[in-house]
Amino acid sequence: MKNSIAERVVDFLNGYPPFYMLSNKTLLEIATEVTIIYLEKGDTLFKKDDTCHNNFYIVRDGAINLYYTHDGVKNIMNIHDTGDVFGLRPLITKEPYKLTATANEESIVYAIPIAVFQSVTDYNTQIQKYLITAFASNAYDPYSAEIAGKIFVDYLPNKSQDMVNFQTANYTKSPIICTMESSLKEAAKKMSTHKIGCIVVVDNEKKPVGIITNSDIKNKIATGLFPIETPVTDIMSSPVITEKKGLTIADGQMQMIKHSIGHLCITKDGTVNSKLIGVLTHHDVLVTLGNSPTVILKEIKRAKRTKKLRAARLKGNSLLKSYIEQNIPISHIINVISQINDAVTVRVIELALKKMPTVPPVAFSWLALGSQGRKEQLLFTDQDHALVFEDVPKEHYEETQNYFLQLAKLVTKSLNKIGFEYCKADMMASNPEWCKSLTAWKTQFKNWILKPDEKAVLLSSIFFDYNCVYGNKQLVNDLTDTIFATLEETNLFYKFLGRDAIKSPSPLGFFKQFLVEQNGDQKELFNIKSRALMPLIDAARLLILSKQIKGVNNTSERFEKLAELEPQNKELHESCSYAFKALSKFKTKQGLLHGNSGKFIDLETLTKEEKLKLRRCFKPIQKIQETLKIRFDLKNFI
Amino acid sequence: MILKWFHKNKKDYPDFWMDYMDSFKNFKKSPIEETRFIAFDTETTGFDKKNDRILSIGAVTFIGKSIHVNDSLELYLEQEIFNPETVKIHGLMKKNALEKVTELEAIKLFLAYIKNAVLIAHHANFDKNMVNEMLARHGLGKLQNSFIDTGHLFYKSKHIIYREHLKKHDTLDDLCKELNVPKVDRHTANGDALITAIVFLKILSRLDKRKNLQWEYLLNE
Repeated sequence: MKNSIAERVVDFLNGYPPFYMLSNKTLLEIATEVTIIYLEKGDTLFKKDDTCHNNFYIVRDGAINLYYTHDGVKNIMNIHDTGDVFGLRPLITKEPYKLTATANEESIVYAIPIAVFQSVTDYNTQIQKYLITAFASNAYDPYSAEIAGKIFVDYLPNKSQDMVNFQTANYTKSPIICTMESSLKEAAKKMSTHKIGCIVVVDNEKKPVGIITNSDIKNKIATGLFPIETPVTDIMSSPVITEKKGLTIADGQMQMIKHSIGHLCITKDGTVNSKLIGVLTHHDVLVTLGNSPTVILKEIKRAKRTKKLRAARLKGNSLLKSYIEQNIPISHIINVISQINDAVTVRVIELALKKMPTVPPVAFSWLALGSQGRKEQLLFTDQDHALVFEDVPKEHYEETQNYFLQLAKLVTKSLNKIGFEYCKADMMASNPEWCKSLTAWKTQFKNWILKPDEKAVLLSSIFFDYNCVYGNKQLVNDLTDTIFATLEETNLFYKFLGRDAIKSPSPLGFFKQFLVEQNGDQKELFNIKSRALMPLIDAARLLILSKQIKGVNNTSERFEKLAELEPQNKELHESCSYAFKALSKFKTKQGLLHGNSGKFIDLETLTKEEKLKLRRCFKPIQKIQETLKIRFDLKNFI
Repeated sequence: MILKWFHKNKKDYPDFWMDYMDSFKNFKKSPIEETRFIAFDTETTGFDKKNDRILSIGAVTFIGKSIHVNDSLELYLEQEIFNPETVKIHGLMKKNALEKVTELEAIKLFLAYIKNAVLIAHHANFDKNMVNEMLARHGLGKLQNSFIDTGHLFYKSKHIIYREHLKKHDTLDDLCKELNVPKVDRHTANGDALITAIVFLKILSRLDKRKNLQWEYLLNE
């Protein structure tokens, strides 16, 4: 029999993930079994500790609060509005609800029976992945506020210990261990009986001292390097990298990428000085995320040709896409993507060095500048880089510079093939101006800082956010020290930077309209980069330089650091950090949608809600600009 | 009144009617939140109860605040009488591809579905009369269910000083606007039934806030 209501439910579900991944026929089967629930403001759908319902929910109209109460304080975890799914816990486990769901306003929700949903979606992995990620990101993600658009309203810090439980990555809780006295043979036997790829060596207090993996056995025993009766202590990798229980999948993954390892030991207090309680393997992470930056990084490290690098970097882009879709916290996305970008650059330089007729005459270091230097590059952008080489006697200068220019040309060409456009302003190491000896660089920076002019300030946004990607780190540290020493000599440079940071005022016009571009190709488009992101980037740089903090390049991290250093401005800096992340995400989403850098936003295509969200991000911009005006006394300087 | 009528005509009625009547035996009113409500709506060829005919009946059931999508009724009736004027409202033409049932079949299905539930309709009298007239054509008695008119209930839900601003006969559209109910599928019997149900729930929540809601208040004209 015809059921018009079910058809309308289908029309609605069709507009939202994960339902749009399903066929109309399947959706109709689901819709027929849906229960429409009307909730008044304050009505409770389920309570913390209630046994799980046989349904999960999607908001049709209104908004649903998810919260828990701790010591009498109501902590709102998330506010779901139209199209958001929630109450997913029963999909994952049969544990009682951990949060209470009540109507924030008059609402209508659809209850979707889990049994029906699972049978018709046939455990579709893509959908399961979406729902699990949605569940996980609602439950453990400290930035769930950001996802809900909540970030734009208030900053909701979450200090509760309760939440830590949600973060727990699913590690192996009974790891296979052996004592320090064991022989490798005994250890290998144990691994073989348990069909497991690694064994942890522990001391008599069960503290982890080392780890042996399949590849250790392959590389050290099978090659005949060590006899089979060797004590495990001789071939184990030691010390092990440890973590506390309760680490997020994201944290675990970052640790693995950072140390190029596949196993983390989980100990009682997170250090090697306490009892081993579990092992988190790369496989565990993969199973949870279903997507692997480590695999991409491996591919990059092994690539022998530019073509392969391009393929790997493109994989990074689809990873980025799925991360954004899955609402993975933007800070984590940025971390992963910049690791990939840096790895690509490193590999390109390695390959270029092989093509050079000789080895480099002196030590050098490759600097990523601008967004890559700040580790904020998400989509393909222009190349911005520079090269610094060790000082050489005057008579060899030209010759040395030529060598590195040639190297840089090879690198820029490859990077271009991979997808990074040439820098229009030619700020690349292949330009003699940006390929210099350490002393030449020092002089250059001194000039900029002591005799600032428009050009210096223009370049500052690129050159003051550098990061050593490849080569000799000492050269870079040396340069940094000189820069900071020079900065102490003058205040003028800060004023110039300050003027630059406040030059684009709040992106809202007098009538609360968005200020759009007045002319050119991008007429009527909103430039999110120059109007919203740059003021935050500029402000963060200026403040962090003036505090003489080295090595914090990322804008959101800079603000977090500033929040730490200036407790009186904590709230402002934190809101800037969050706004920056939210805006980056916005830009990335737009970029992915239109296949470009996402710099220009067509306001017409935004929903009212998105405009509102965007607008709320501008508040911290205005505030931080006012702070700069006062702090650097810019009033009369403009 | 039910009893009197029962004795008189018992033998003349078909089984489905007797089943329907039986559902009212020993019927006791339960608390509002446990009561089975049915919101329903009819699309007709016009407003004359004698000459016009029902083209479709839509109904949804709810207990508490939950409406089960699969527990709904959507009937399209075969009718000889046809009025081109109303087609533009409900879109039901004489020859539609829709699966249709005879009037008698529709009555059977409708009665089996509603049983003793409390019926809710917007301008309930109209729908009630149309159904009763249809029942009469087939030699059956009148509907025995309690009726609630959302139009009247809305009027009552307003404080006395605001009532003068209300039109005596607010349309369903007016109520949707006032109560912020999305108008999806307006003028399909089933869609209007769902809208009516939500309108009812919304009015109920307003009334409930003011006082402990009693049946007398709801049913009292």
